[in-house]
Amino acid sequence: MPHASPRIELRTSPHVQSGRTVEQIMRNVVLALLPICAFSVWQFGLSVAALILTVTAACLATERFFNWMSGEPGTLSDWSATITGLLLALTLPPSFPLWMGAVAGFAAIALGKALFGGLGYNVFNPALVGRAFVQAAFPVSISTWVPAYVPGRFSEFIPTSFGVPLMLPPDLGRWVSQHMVDGYTGATPLARWKFENQVAGAEELLAGMATASVGETSALLILACGLYLAVRRFLDWRIPAAVLGSALLLALVFHLVDPGRYPPPYFVLLSGGLVLGAVFMATDTATSPVTPRGVWIYGAVIGTVTVMIRYFGGLTEGVMYAILLGNALTPLIDQYTQPRVFGAPRRKAPEGKA
Amino acid sequence: MGNGKRETRNPTPASERWFERFPFPVSLFPHSSFRPQTFDRGVHPAGCKSTAGTPIRRLPYAPRLLLPLAQHIGKPAVPLVRPGQEVVRGQPIARADGFMSVPLHAPATGVVEAVELRPSARGPWTETIVLRVFEAATQEVLWAEPRDMDELTPSGIVRAVQDTGMVGLGGAAFPSHAKLTVPKDKPIHTLVVNGCECEPYLTCDHRLMLELTDDLVRGIGYALRAVGAERAVIGVEDNKLDAVAAIRSRLPAGGAVTVQAVPTKYPQGAEKMLIKSLLGLEVPAGGLPSQLGVVVNNVGTLAMLGRLLPAGEGLTERVVTLTGPGIRRPGDYWVPLGTPMRYVLEWAGALTPGPLCPSGCSPGGRGELEVILGGPMMGQAVASLDVPVTKGVSGILVLEARQIARDAPRRSYPCIKCGACVGACPMGLNPAMLGLLAARREYDAMGGEYHLGDCFECGCCTYVCPSGIPLVQQFRVAKGVLRERAAA
Ligand code: SF4
Ligand code: SF4
Repeated sequence: MPHASPRIELRTSPHVQSGRTVEQIMRNVVLALLPICAFSVWQFGLSVAALILTVTAACLATERFFNWMSGEPGTLSDWSATITGLLLALTLPPSFPLWMGAVAGFAAIALGKALFGGLGYNVFNPALVGRAFVQAAFPVSISTWVPAYVPGRFSEFIPTSFGVPLMLPPDLGRWVSQHMVDGYTGATPLARWKFENQVAGAEELLAGMATASVGETSALLILACGLYLAVRRFLDWRIPAAVLGSALLLALVFHLVDPGRYPPPYFVLLSGGLVLGAVFMATDTATSPVTPRGVWIYGAVIGTVTVMIRYFGGLTEGVMYAILLGNALTPLIDQYTQPRVFGAPRRKAPEGKA
Repeated sequence: MGNGKRETRNPTPASERWFERFPFPVSLFPHSSFRPQTFDRGVHPAGCKSTAGTPIRRLPYAPRLLLPLAQHIGKPAVPLVRPGQEVVRGQPIARADGFMSVPLHAPATGVVEAVELRPSARGPWTETIVLRVFEAATQEVLWAEPRDMDELTPSGIVRAVQDTGMVGLGGAAFPSHAKLTVPKDKPIHTLVVNGCECEPYLTCDHRLMLELTDDLVRGIGYALRAVGAERAVIGVEDNKLDAVAAIRSRLPAGGAVTVQAVPTKYPQGAEKMLIKSLLGLEVPAGGLPSQLGVVVNNVGTLAMLGRLLPAGEGLTERVVTLTGPGIRRPGDYWVPLGTPMRYVLEWAGALTPGPLCPSGCSPGGRGELEVILGGPMMGQAVASLDVPVTKGVSGILVLEARQIARDAPRRSYPCIKCGACVGACPMGLNPAMLGLLAARREYDAMGGEYHLGDCFECGCCTYVCPSGIPLVQQFRVAKGVLRERAAA
C-alpha cells in the first residue's frame, strides 16, 4: 500500500487558461505592421527602410537600458517596444534625418513609457509621445515631405537622411527637382486642402500615391491589416469603428452644410494619419478604456476632435493630438462607464466621485 | 402550502418562446439571431468532455473509508457509532445536528475503527469516522426503510430529504432539504433544474441525465411538491442534446415540466446565469433566486432524490467524473463516499509509476500532478492525497505538469488594460480595476464602488487575462480582508 507519492502541484482556480498571452497579441500586431512597413519602403525606398530600422532599434535599446537601470528582467520579448518603434517610424516623414528618428525613439520609450513605470502603466501612447516630442523639437524636418515613387529610390538615399546634428540640412528641394516630375508642391493632401482648397481624389489616397508620412499613405492596406487583427481578436474593432464612424459622420454633416468650404467625407477619412491612428494607435490597450461603453465614447472623442482640429485649428493634421487627448480622458471615461452589475437596476445614477 | 394559486410574477416559460417552435436544434445556428436568450459575456473554454460517451461504472471499495462529519455547509453531523462497532451499508452513522445539518450513512459494511481528526480537502483536519470495510462486502444497500411518497405532505418530503443526507451534488454541498424549504413570505413558482454542467471535463451530470432519467423525473416531481411550485424547467447546455432528447421522451404529460437547451457557455450552470437564460430574469444583485420565486436544484441531486426517497435509503455513493490527462482510465464512476483520493487515483492509473528514474529525482516517475476536486474553472486543488471523496465532489481532474506548463502563460505581465476580463465577467464587474485596486490594497473601494461582493469567483476573468494576472486569487484575498474588517 505505501506508495511513492508523485509531487503534487497546488494552484488556485481556475486551473486552465485561454492560452492567450500578451506576447502573442503583441507579436501579431508587429506582424500586421510589417506589410505596411514593406509598402512604404517600396514607395519611398532605402531611406525609409533605414528610418524604420533606426527608430525601432532606438526604441529597443532604450527599453533595454531602462530594464537594466531598474534591474528587471528584460521586457524586449513582449514585443511592445517593437510596436512602438514601428508605429513611430510610420508617422515620420520619409526624409526625416535618421539621428532625429533615434531621438524620437528614445523619447517615445523614455518619456512615454519608462517614466510611467513601463508596459501597462503608461497614460499616453508612447509612439505618439515620441512623435509629439520631435514635432516640437524639429518642426522643420517633420513637415518636409518628399514625393513617393521617386525613380532611383532603391539605389540612393534621400540626402536629408544622413543629416547630422547642428549642421544645416542638405537642400532637399534640388534633390526633388532633379528626380521628380513637374508640379510637385511638397505639401500633403491635407495641407493642399487647407491652404489651397484642393481635394485629392479617393484613388490617389487609397493607393498611397499621396505625399505623406511613411505609413499614412495606403488606407486600404492599413485597413486590411487591421481587419486581420480584428478578426483574430487581437484588436478591439470598436475603437477604429468609433473613430472612423464619428469622423465620417461629422465630415458628412459639414460637407452637406457647406460643400464649397468643407471637403467630402471620404477625403477626411482617407487623408493624413486618421486610418493609421484609428487602427493602430487609438487601439493601444493600455491607453484606451476597458469598459464597453467607454470604448465607444473614447473613439467618438478622437474622431470628433480630429475633424475639429483639421477644420478649425491652425494645424493641418489633428489625429495625434486627438488620440493624446483621448488617452488623457481614458481614466475618466472608464470611471463613468462602469458596466452595469448583473442584477442591478437598469438605470442608475452614475456612481463615483461626481 | 397550496399549489398553483400564486400570483407572483410569472414570466413566459422559456420553452414557449418563438424559436422553440423550430424543429432543428438551436445549436445548428450558434451565431445567428435564432440563438436563444442567454446571459451576457462569459467564456468558451474547450469542453474536454471525452468521458461523456461511456456508461457509469463502479469503483470497488477501498480497504478504509474516511467519512468527515462536515461534508456539507452548516453544522457537522453528530456521530452515532463508537469505535469497534460494526455497521451495515446504508445504516445511519451520524445524525443531523439541527436544521442546517444532514445525517451520514455508512457507505459500506464494516467496522468503525476510529472517530478522529483527519485532513480534509480544504486543508484543516476535521472530525472523521474511519470505517474499515469488510472484505467481500457487497455494494448492495442493506439498510433501507421504503416509504410511500404519495402520502407525504410538503414538509414531510422535506424531512424525508433531510433523512437521506442529501446535499447539492453540483459542488456546493448545501443541504438539499434547506433549499427545498420555502419561507412563508416568498412563495416559489418555478423550479429550475440545472443540467448545464458548464465546467469543462465534467460529465457526471450528463451521464446521470441519460442513465437515471426516470429517477430524475421522479425527483423533480418530489421537489415540485415540496416547494409548491407549479412548473419546472430543466436547463441543459446544447452540447448535450442527447440528454435533452432522453429527458423530453420521459416527461410527464401536462407540460408542468419542460426541458430546454441553453447555449454552451461558461458559467451557464451558475444559478443566476441559468435563471437569466431560461426565464429572462435577473436575480437582484446581492439577492437570492427565491426573491424571484425561483429555486434551483442540480440534476444530479434530484436524480439521486428520485432514487433514494421512495427506497428510504441514505446517500452512500455518488457519481464522480475521473478525468484529465493524468488519468489512464478516465470515466464516470459510482464512488462510495469516503473513498480516499489516493485509492481512486491508483485505481484510475494516475499514480502508476513510470519507468524508474535512475537518479530517483521523481518518485512517481511522471512529474508533478495537480489533483483538482471539481472542474478546472472553480475546482479546488488538494494538497494531500489522503483526503476522501465527499458528497460535494463532482469530479476528480488530474492535470500533469506538462499540461500545467502548457496552459499557464509563461510569465505574468502587468495589466495591459485590454478589457478582456471586463468582456468576460458574467456579473458585469470590472476585474481590471478590481485587480489594480487589489495591488494597491484599496480593499474598501473594491467592496464598495466596484462591487467585489457580487463576484462569485467563477474564474472567467483569470481565464482570459493575457497578462496571466491571478485576479480571482486577489479577489479571494480581498474578500477575506473585508470579511475580517466587517467582523472587527
Ligand atoms: S484581462 Fe488582464 S490584462 Fe486585460 S484588462 Fe483584465 S486584468 Fe488587465
Ligand atoms: S471571478 Fe468574479 S470578477 Fe472574475 S469573472 Fe467571475 S464574477 Fe467576474
